[in-house]
Amino acid sequence: MSGDNRFLGLFYLSPYIIGLLVFTTLPFVASLYLSFTNYNLMNEPIFTGLANYIKLFTSDRTFRKSLWVTLVYVFTTVPLKLAFALFMAVILNYKLKFINVFRTAYYVPSILGGSIAIAVLWRYIFADVGLVNMGLQLVGLEPVNWFGDPTNALFTITLLRLWQFGSAMVIFLAALQSIDRTLYEAAAIDGAGKWTSFVHITLPLITPVIFFNLIMQMVQAFQEFNGPYIITQGGPLKSTYLLPIYIYDEAFKRFDMGYASAIAWVLFVIIMALTLIAFWSSRHWVYYAGDKRS
Amino acid sequence: MAEHVLSQSPSPAQDIDVVRAREMRRHRINAALRYVLLAGVGLLMLYPLIWLIGASFKTNSEIFSNPGFWPENPTLDGYIKGWQTSTPYSFGTFFLNTLWIVIPKVIGTAISCTAVAYGFARFDFPFKKLLFASLIATLLLPNVVTRIPQYLLFRDLGWLDSYLPLWVPSAFAGDAFFVFMLVQFLRAIPRDMEEAACVDGATTWQTLIFIVVPLLMPALISVCLFQFMWTMNDFLGPLIYISSVDKYPVSLALKLSIDTTEAFEWNRVLAMSVLALTPALAVFFLAQKYFIDGISSGGIKG
Repeated sequence: MSGDNRFLGLFYLSPYIIGLLVFTTLPFVASLYLSFTNYNLMNEPIFTGLANYIKLFTSDRTFRKSLWVTLVYVFTTVPLKLAFALFMAVILNYKLKFINVFRTAYYVPSILGGSIAIAVLWRYIFADVGLVNMGLQLVGLEPVNWFGDPTNALFTITLLRLWQFGSAMVIFLAALQSIDRTLYEAAAIDGAGKWTSFVHITLPLITPVIFFNLIMQMVQAFQEFNGPYIITQGGPLKSTYLLPIYIYDEAFKRFDMGYASAIAWVLFVIIMALTLIAFWSSRHWVYYAGDKRS
Repeated sequence: MAEHVLSQSPSPAQDIDVVRAREMRRHRINAALRYVLLAGVGLLMLYPLIWLIGASFKTNSEIFSNPGFWPENPTLDGYIKGWQTSTPYSFGTFFLNTLWIVIPKVIGTAISCTAVAYGFARFDFPFKKLLFASLIATLLLPNVVTRIPQYLLFRDLGWLDSYLPLWVPSAFAGDAFFVFMLVQFLRAIPRDMEEAACVDGATTWQTLIFIVVPLLMPALISVCLFQFMWTMNDFLGPLIYISSVDKYPVSLALKLSIDTTEAFEWNRVLAMSVLALTPALAVFFLAQKYFIDGISSGGIKG
């Protein structure tokens, strides 16, 4: 069947190939070109060499702040979310009744979390007299100024992401459930405790899934937009002004397409560099059963 | 105490009973601790949503004074006035707009991704490895880098302020993730039936439609459901491309409602948020099996 016609497969792929060229490859190359130009939609793009990049790295304080905030956000949110998802998956991975009920309940926020309605809800529950502060007062704690303080404001965005740990947890749980039970029995006979088994059996066996979740969550976190845009509008003092919002403002509010493209490329290079580091380092810490690397 | 019991029981059979009983007790304590933790975290997670539903029936002053679920003076004000909005259009328009974005997009995704996945999983052709590598690369490519030129492209095509920029890329299998998921699923299905059909003289089209698609159905349903959810939730796409209020989907209308006159009519905004979440929640509970299977098998962002 597959030998009939060498080009039949390409026929089925044709929508993908056209889409790849028109909607991905062409824009990808174009954005690199635009990043070396001055283009405000009124006239043709004017080639300005490295001017945009020089401005970004020498005189643009907003960019410096935004880059820093983005890095802080990604490097706190991703590890916290993965650790929490894994912890909850381990708790769930036990002979319990209603395991499916809990799994479903934890997954609900992942389904809804990206929506504007939830971002709106977040604004309300972290308001000065919102649900969270009412709850804190009920248990005798001081209310917190969530949106007025730069550190707290970023933390509310992080919490919105943490709240959506369910999807990562379900992937971890599937991996945990596929581990061969006899390995634990053998380890127990050799006198290994719970913690030792976890570190030496569980963790190595689920490294491929940790790796997958790490890459996916990181790429996503670097592109966080809805949360800070709706909840904090980038403030206070630009403390939640993540790079995607800066790019959006430059491109679609100030119509500075060239400069926005340059920021997008800096963000892209950072994401790619971290992804490549993860892939490159994975050979040292990701364990594939039977050493099949595929 | 256990040792004491042990020393009293000389026969090995009783020993095993004692060990088993001890293990049962340990299991029960362990399970109880896990239940407490799971229920606690579950409640903490879901309470904001539960509170949201209650709050949408509260008066404006009660929203920021009552942390409980039950409204003291239940009112439908939020729903009735929120539905009308401060624009000439009601939320009915915005829901229809959302539907009109979502349905063609889901159909286009399903058809194009199925064809492309079939091509990848069942045929050999020139540049196959390169093309599959491009699929993985697209999967990891941050949208942020292609967004601006895409906007310029759609502007030159005269597609701004229409739904075409939202529909068309998906109809060209633009969501690499779904293609990848379907390819993985197809690879796990044996080819016997397809080969039999081929021997009987079926064309590849017929094989695809009458044999592969029915087998692929569970994965295809997952794809449609995820695309439905993501499109319902999509905000940045409409924000960039849609400028007329009469074409706004629900996500933009909600953003508008927190910006404009309803800024102090909290119950209207919360009531409309509840409505905005309802379709997604309903679909999720009706079809949760497909969601959980979809992410456990393929792994999904979210």
